[in-house]
Order: sequence, then C-alpha cells, then structure tokens
Amino acid sequence: MAITLKRWNRQALGAALLVAPLAIFVAVTFVAPLATMLVRSVYQPAVAEALPETLAALAEWDGGSLPDEETFRIAGAEFVALNERRALGSVATRVNRLESGMRSTLLGTARSLAAETPSASWRETMIAADADWGAIKSWLAIRRAGEVITPRYYLNALDLDRGGAGEIVVQPEDRRIYVSLLLRTLAISIAITGICLLLAYPLAWLLAHARPRRAGLLLLLVLVPFWTSLLVRTTSWIVLLQNQGVINDLLVTLGILAEQQRLALIYNMTGTIIAMVHVLLPFMILPLYSIMRAIPERHMQAAASLGASHWQALRRVYWPQSLPGVAAGSLLVFILSIGYYITPALVGGRTGQLISSMIAYHMEQSLNWGLAAALGGILLLLVGTLFFIYDRLVGVDRMRLSG
Amino acid sequence: MPARKFHSTWQSCRWLGLGLWLLGASTAAQTLTLVSYGGSYGRSVELAWVEPFMAETGIEVRMEDYNGGLAQIRAQVETGNVFWDVVDLTTPDAVRACDEGLLEFVMLADLPAAADGTPASEDFLPDSRSECSGGGLVSATIVAFNNQQFPDAPPSRLEDFFDLERFPGRRGMRRVPIANLEFALLADGVPINEVYATLDTEAGIARAFAKLDTIKDEIVFWEAGAQPPQMLADEEVVMTTAYNGRIFNAQVLENQPFTIIWDGQLQETSGPGIVLGTPRLEIARRFIEFMSRPESLAAISKYISYSPTRYSANAMVDSHRETGIAMGPHMPSAPANMKRALISDWLWWADNGDEMNERFAVWLSR
Repeated sequence: MAITLKRWNRQALGAALLVAPLAIFVAVTFVAPLATMLVRSVYQPAVAEALPETLAALAEWDGGSLPDEETFRIAGAEFVALNERRALGSVATRVNRLESGMRSTLLGTARSLAAETPSASWRETMIAADADWGAIKSWLAIRRAGEVITPRYYLNALDLDRGGAGEIVVQPEDRRIYVSLLLRTLAISIAITGICLLLAYPLAWLLAHARPRRAGLLLLLVLVPFWTSLLVRTTSWIVLLQNQGVINDLLVTLGILAEQQRLALIYNMTGTIIAMVHVLLPFMILPLYSIMRAIPERHMQAAASLGASHWQALRRVYWPQSLPGVAAGSLLVFILSIGYYITPALVGGRTGQLISSMIAYHMEQSLNWGLAAALGGILLLLVGTLFFIYDRLVGVDRMRLSG
Repeated sequence: MPARKFHSTWQSCRWLGLGLWLLGASTAAQTLTLVSYGGSYGRSVELAWVEPFMAETGIEVRMEDYNGGLAQIRAQVETGNVFWDVVDLTTPDAVRACDEGLLEFVMLADLPAAADGTPASEDFLPDSRSECSGGGLVSATIVAFNNQQFPDAPPSRLEDFFDLERFPGRRGMRRVPIANLEFALLADGVPINEVYATLDTEAGIARAFAKLDTIKDEIVFWEAGAQPPQMLADEEVVMTTAYNGRIFNAQVLENQPFTIIWDGQLQETSGPGIVLGTPRLEIARRFIEFMSRPESLAAISKYISYSPTRYSANAMVDSHRETGIAMGPHMPSAPANMKRALISDWLWWADNGDEMNERFAVWLSR
C-alpha cells in the first residue's frame, strides 16, 4: 500500500513537472494579461489618487448648485500642485472623456492660477479663467472621474451613461455605436461560420475519401494559403475585388456587366466576409477532414444496401458521424472571427468594420484602456454565453478535432 | 601545489577581468533605439538624421518601425521595461503622451540655436510642438487626383472634392474624423480662421457631417498612408485625400501622373519624443539635440517633401537628392501652396478627439 502510494506520488509529481512549463507559460502570457485587463475595466484609481482633497470636498456637495468657495479653493490649489508635478495631464484626459473640453479647462486654469494666486474669491477667479467652472456638469464630471470602482466603462460599452443624479440613461443618438457594432460583429461572424461550413464540408469530404495521392495534393492546396502571410492574402483580395480589379474587369470584358455596373465587392461588408472566409477556411476544413477520415466508407455502403437513398444515407448516417468535426470547426471559426482585426480594417471600408476596430482605437489612440477592456470583457462574456448554449445544444464533449 | 593553486586563481582573475571589461565596453557602447514610421519616410529619417548622427557621435542607432499609436509606449512605461528610446510622434499623439506622463520633457532652451544666433524659442513655428517633442516637420493632408481622369477641366479647389456633378467618381478618404471635418467645413464656405470655432458648436459639427453626407456613397475609406497613391494609380478613385509626401514620391520616383490640390491643405506637425524612464536618456537627448538642428531638419527635404518646423531651416531647403528637382515648390509651407492653408488645431482635437471619433463611427455605420 505504502509503496503504491509512493509510486503514485512520484508519477503525479513527474506529470506535474512535465506540464509545468506550459502551465507557467499560459499563466504569464494569457491568464495574467486577461485578468489585468478585466480589472482595468472596473478599477481606475488614477484620478482618486491624484485629487484626494477635491474629491473629499465634492463628496459633501449636493450636485444641484455650484460648489462653495471652499471647494473651489481646495480644487484650484490641488490642480496647481498637480500641474507642477506634471500629473494633471492624465487627470485632465480622464475627466475629458466624461465631458469634452475639460482637458484644456483644467490645464489652462491650473496655468493661470499658478501665474497669479487669487487674492479674493477663487470661485470668481476660476470662472473668469474658464466659464466651464460655472457649469455644474464640469464638477459632476470630476466627481465621477474620481470613482475608484466604476461600472462606467461597461455602461459606455453598452451605449449607456449616467445622468446627473446617477440614473442610467441611454447615450445621445449620435454617440450610440458599440451595441450596433457588437450586433454587426455577431451577425458577420455567424455568416462567416455558415459560409465556411458550406464551402468546407464538400471539400473535406473530397479530401477524406479521395485516393491518397490526390488527397495529398488537395490538402496542399488548402495548406499553402494557410502558410502565406495574412497581409499578402488580404492585399491580394484587394487586387482581385476592387472596382478596377481583376474580377470586375473580367465581368466587364465578357460583357456580363456594363462599365457603370461594376460591383462593389470590397471596402464594405461583402469584402470583409469574402476575405475573412478565405482566411478562416482552413480552420473549418482541417477538423472536418480529420473527423471524416475516420468515418468508415462501409457505413455508407451498408446504408445503401439497406435501401437508403444516397441523400438519406448522407443525412442519417454520414452527417451525424461528422458532427463532432462540424462542431469543432464552427466554434473555432466563430471565435476567431468575432475578435478579428486586421482583415476587416483593411478591406472593411465603411460598413464592414467589426467591434475590434473600436477596441484598437481605444488601445492605441485614445488610451482609454478601461473602455477597451470593457468592450473586450463583453466580447468574452458573449463568447462564454454562446459556448454554454452550444454545449447545451450540441455538447462540447461531442466536439473532436480528430477521429 | 601552492604554485598551481596560485596559477589557477590568477587564471580565474584574468577571466573575471576580461568579463568585467566586456561588460564595461557593452554599457559604454549603448545602442539607441529610434522608432519611426518606416517606408519612404523612415528611409529619409535614416539618411538625414540617423547616419550623420552615428558618424558624428559614434553612437549606434537601431531603427524600428511602427504605425503610430501610443499603446506600446504606455505599456513600456507602465511595466518599467523601456526598450524604445526615441519615438517619432505626430503632435496630437505627442501632446497626449506628454499629458499622460509617458515622455520626457524637451526644453526649448536645450535645443540648438539657429546659425545666426536666434534662440530655438524664437525659431519654431507657433504651436508646432508639444512640450515633449524635439524639432519637427510639417506635413499636409491634401487632395490629389490622377490627371488621366480629368484630361480637359481638372479640379483645382478643395470644393471640387465635394462636387460630384462636375467631377463624378469615387473619392478616397481616411477613416478618421481628423482632416475630414475640417475639409467639409472649408468646402462649405467656412473661412480658414473660423473652422475650429464652428466645430465648437453643435450646429457646426452637424454642418460638417451634412457636407460629408453629400459624398458619402462615393467614398472609399483608406487606413494606411501608402493606400491613397495606390488607389489613384489603380483608378479605384478619381480623387483622394492623402499625405503630400506620399503623393510627391509617387510623382517623382514612380512618374505617376498625379496632381496635388494645395488649396485648403491641412497642415499637421510631428516630431520625436523621448520615452520616460529610458536607461539611455543621455544619448536620447543627444539625438534630439542633433535632429533639432536647422540643418538636420532641412536635410530631410533632400528625400521627402516635408517642411521643417524651424524658420531658419526653411531657408536651407535644397533639391531632391535622387532627381535633383528643387524641393521648395513641393513643400507644404511654400508661399504658393499657402494661399488657403489650415493649421490643424491639436488643442481642439485633444479636447474633442474622443467624442468626434465616436460620432464619426456612428456616421460611418449609418
């Protein structure tokens, strides 16, 4: 007994050691960054740490009328002190996200207060320096930017915001963008998955049941594009699909289209779908192929010998057996396409952009990582929910990558 | 035995010494990492700034390319692992990075004076740099067209970009609000000095988007600076907004029949900044000092048509190295090109950029 336990322990340790490099790799490169981003989407301490006194004074304030002279004095002095430590800029950009124009209001006021400390009323001096200080919404913006734990980014990511009294309101129509982009991302991803399945199924069948030499050649045709640089493939689609591109030229030369009827195949949703189907097709073909290869051809023959028509045999014998591959391929393609960035950015034009374009904007340009993280978090939740529904409908345990 | 022991100790001392010497040598010969935009512009930076700087100081410079944006700089500063030393930034990006405390300050007093002794503080174009940028360049967003598309009556004014009746065909436009909102207002009759004041009002923003609406169905959106010349060459569009340097290169190096409409040009500036916390601050400052000299800024114009942001450097602009053509008339700041020119107000964009970007995205998706 003791001996077997000892052996078992040693085996477990050995296994753990073998897995350790991968586990550490995944923890460092995947779990940790993901966790940091998700924390960022609700936890933003920067403003609270920078403006403790102002925020304490504003906590007492009713929010209905302008803050009192004392609050103005505390805030003004804190702005000046922060600006001297060059820490006001990052506070200003954060407040500016809640109220456009506050960046220059804060920085300009801090500069003018530093040049000349008010001898009489701070309130009047600050309002004279910038009329924004006479508006209640400016102070509300500072107070709200000071929240350490905030649902703001998730609200913004769903086109919502909070009104003056903290109630949840819908954003004005000309700023409602994220929900519609999210829905479009879902719709395009579903379309891409469907088209990939339609295209890949017969091809995978051919691959799986052709003679070995022919199958090898076909497989090479699937894999070569897979090995080609993504940018090269995307740019090739531009050459093919654009208004003066190969396909349109051919259609016009053959007289199928008139010169004025050239098709808009790129820089729109069609372009995004065509290019992404091409990029993601191998992810559908390969799981299907490996499952189909394991389906014995005798099953179809047996079905035929029992009187099934070709269609019946396909539907009732072959299709159920290939389902694990369909499940694996669809899930792979769907999840990959929902977060795809580079291809839609290049060929999507106006109507073919996905939510990834806004995430990239907030990561790269606006540096609003909280909102980028919230958008990513919602995407993650969405994929998780779909995975759950999928598990209920199809069963993840039925999903296999090979037969 | 003691002799052998002594010998082996001596031996290890020698190895240790060699090691220390190598370590010392490697820290002395630090390599500066300069990040710029690559392509023909990156090549110009290499020829005009990097190679002369290496020749003068003996400091090794390694160039890296990027596509703008601040995420990588922020990640490096936040994790304290700074491996980019000097980064070429557009002024709006530099302002934002400077605000966020991602860049070192660059004091005008530390920058070299002009040859006639004019201090740097009086030699720079107004509002052409952030508090964290070195000397820089002026580039322009302009409208360009392919001559072959308009053999008889070519477009000549910014208004023509929005005139689908006289100049039918598709237009290229960068998929961002910056420049496009300004162009829309200018073409709608707003005078140069009232553009940003107009954009400050709700009615003004609505007016800009309404003007964009008039050509919306004919717009092909581009993303990267290399795309517009390609779209013109492919006849994918008849006119496009573009960066003047890219069109110039296509004109002179590829003999493309393109014409720039300088009327209504929008000028933007750029200049390199130093990433906060770089362990190579000393040599980074030396590089900024070097490239901010008037003669260094003017040297870029031998390779690409971007004007220096220093008055004294503009006088030194010479001819294109490869083709020998005079660069003066091709510069955004040439008097003939400046008859109606708008200077991009990065302060306005710093205040309103996020909101405008959301509104632009809404406009795009409708």
